[in-house]
Amino acid sequence: MTINVNPPVAADTTMQMGPQDYIRRSASSVPAPARQLEPVAKLIDVSKCIGCKACQSACLEWNDLREEVGVNTGVYDNPHDLTPNTFTLMRFTEWVNPETDNLEWLIRKDGCMHCADPGCLKACPAPGAIVQYSNGVVDFVKENCIGCGYCVKGCPFDIPRISKVDNRSYKCTLCSDRIAVGQGPACAKACPTKAIVFGTKEEMKAHAAERIEDLKSRGYSNAGLYDPPGVGGTHVMYVLHHADKPSIYAGLPDDPRISPLVEAWKGVTKYAGLALMGFAAAAGFVHMAVSGRNRVTVEDDEEARRLAERAPGAAPLDPSKEPSA
Amino acid sequence: MTDGTMHGHNRPAPHVTKADIDRGDRLHVGREVIVDRYTKWARLNHWVTAISLILLALSGLALFHPSLFWLTNLFGGGQMTRMLHPWFGVVLFFSFAGLFIRFFRLNLPAREDAQWAARIGDVLKGNEEKLPEVGKYNAGQKFVFWAMSVLIMILIASGLGIWEEYFTQYLTIEQLRIAVLVHSIAAVAIICVWIIHVYAAFWVQGTLSAMTRGTVSGGWAWRHHRKWLRALAAYGKRDDRPDEPKS
Repeated sequence: MTINVNPPVAADTTMQMGPQDYIRRSASSVPAPARQLEPVAKLIDVSKCIGCKACQSACLEWNDLREEVGVNTGVYDNPHDLTPNTFTLMRFTEWVNPETDNLEWLIRKDGCMHCADPGCLKACPAPGAIVQYSNGVVDFVKENCIGCGYCVKGCPFDIPRISKVDNRSYKCTLCSDRIAVGQGPACAKACPTKAIVFGTKEEMKAHAAERIEDLKSRGYSNAGLYDPPGVGGTHVMYVLHHADKPSIYAGLPDDPRISPLVEAWKGVTKYAGLALMGFAAAAGFVHMAVSGRNRVTVEDDEEARRLAERAPGAAPLDPSKEPSA
Repeated sequence: MTDGTMHGHNRPAPHVTKADIDRGDRLHVGREVIVDRYTKWARLNHWVTAISLILLALSGLALFHPSLFWLTNLFGGGQMTRMLHPWFGVVLFFSFAGLFIRFFRLNLPAREDAQWAARIGDVLKGNEEKLPEVGKYNAGQKFVFWAMSVLIMILIASGLGIWEEYFTQYLTIEQLRIAVLVHSIAAVAIICVWIIHVYAAFWVQGTLSAMTRGTVSGGWAWRHHRKWLRALAAYGKRDDRPDEPKS
């Protein structure tokens, strides 16, 4: 099977996806799209990755980003973490396989997984700052981003990063601007070993199946596809030689899902909270209507005067004198 | 009619002491009795707190539910709302700290609070004659005071944690999730307490002037805070009696 990650630029580059293809839009609703785009996916074959970081460079170049010159702390990871400028990052892990006692150098290209059920989008309070297309791409629309960082809390993969420069959130776009004109993502285009391939999700699954079969024939009996069902599947998938323990790959979550804390915050708290505040206000109106205001009577005023008069040391009341306040 | 007889009920007047009144409380005696309840500094402190609480509620609600996102327009858009909200919180925290220092002593629990709270039905019906005599604050006001105090502590602590510009990097993502959930629940609670506070101030006629002009009528004090009025009559500063020299 040939995966064409680098199709020729078509003479006609009309936009193949746009706002009409949104299936979700943060803090707002969208009409059901008239058409369903073919779901796409990026497949990252960890077993074929040589750690050259061409994907990182291509990502910076295509997205016109610059990363600060960093500091070497004795590991290959560079920069040390995802940043508002580094949408994708090679993470290197030295792992001793307890079965073979061999050192395995695990290299995982980290970045947005483009979840079918995106936690970032669920958490986002700004209408239209995060959108999901019917082909599966989850994209940030920076014009609408308010920089609150809720997406960071919503994401099960610790991906979004808030820029200290413009206070907006950034992550991999799956090169939505390239996909829209029929091209694959820049990282896939740059990968020299075709460890990163891009196509329809079905094609990618079929391709992964071949790769997994090959890995199994080479002794990786636990080789498998990482397409976690907890987030509805993802549109960035991994072929892992040790798919039974994803977390050895620099903390890839074993069973990612939107945190129950985020579900509670964006679910019951949001609706019950509004209802409770509305109820409190309504109860006030009803109480006022039923019982009327609690008024001070003339007798109360007289009692107060009598008390003031009787008090020890009080001067006799002068009924004609106005109080001084 | 004697001290112990009012509204047809016979009951002894409670024991009062000088500790039942605040320094700024004062009795003006004349054709009618007027009572100073809050000094101008206490009122200023209160309104700074009130305005920051309202701004916090509006800017917070804007980010709480999508149907309220339009409230960000009041603050100059989403980015501005996100930026301003924590600073309103800082103002509120310090302003409320001032109120706390001013008010906490007379908001400490008193013997009659349990009885007052147990008769909450009569409170809501306005059957004041069935309630015990209370000091400067009744159990409902004390509830508002302590609920505000505790909730503001929770809100400032969780709010600092999720302040994206300065502090989120010090917490793990799991801690941030807990903080944001706690923050939103505490915010709902404090808005409900605020609704109770504002409603009570409107419902009990004559209350608002305490925070606008600083004074209440003698009748209001007799009706709602009789123990306070008794203490004030016996030990408080009065127009018709020279102030005790400051010791």
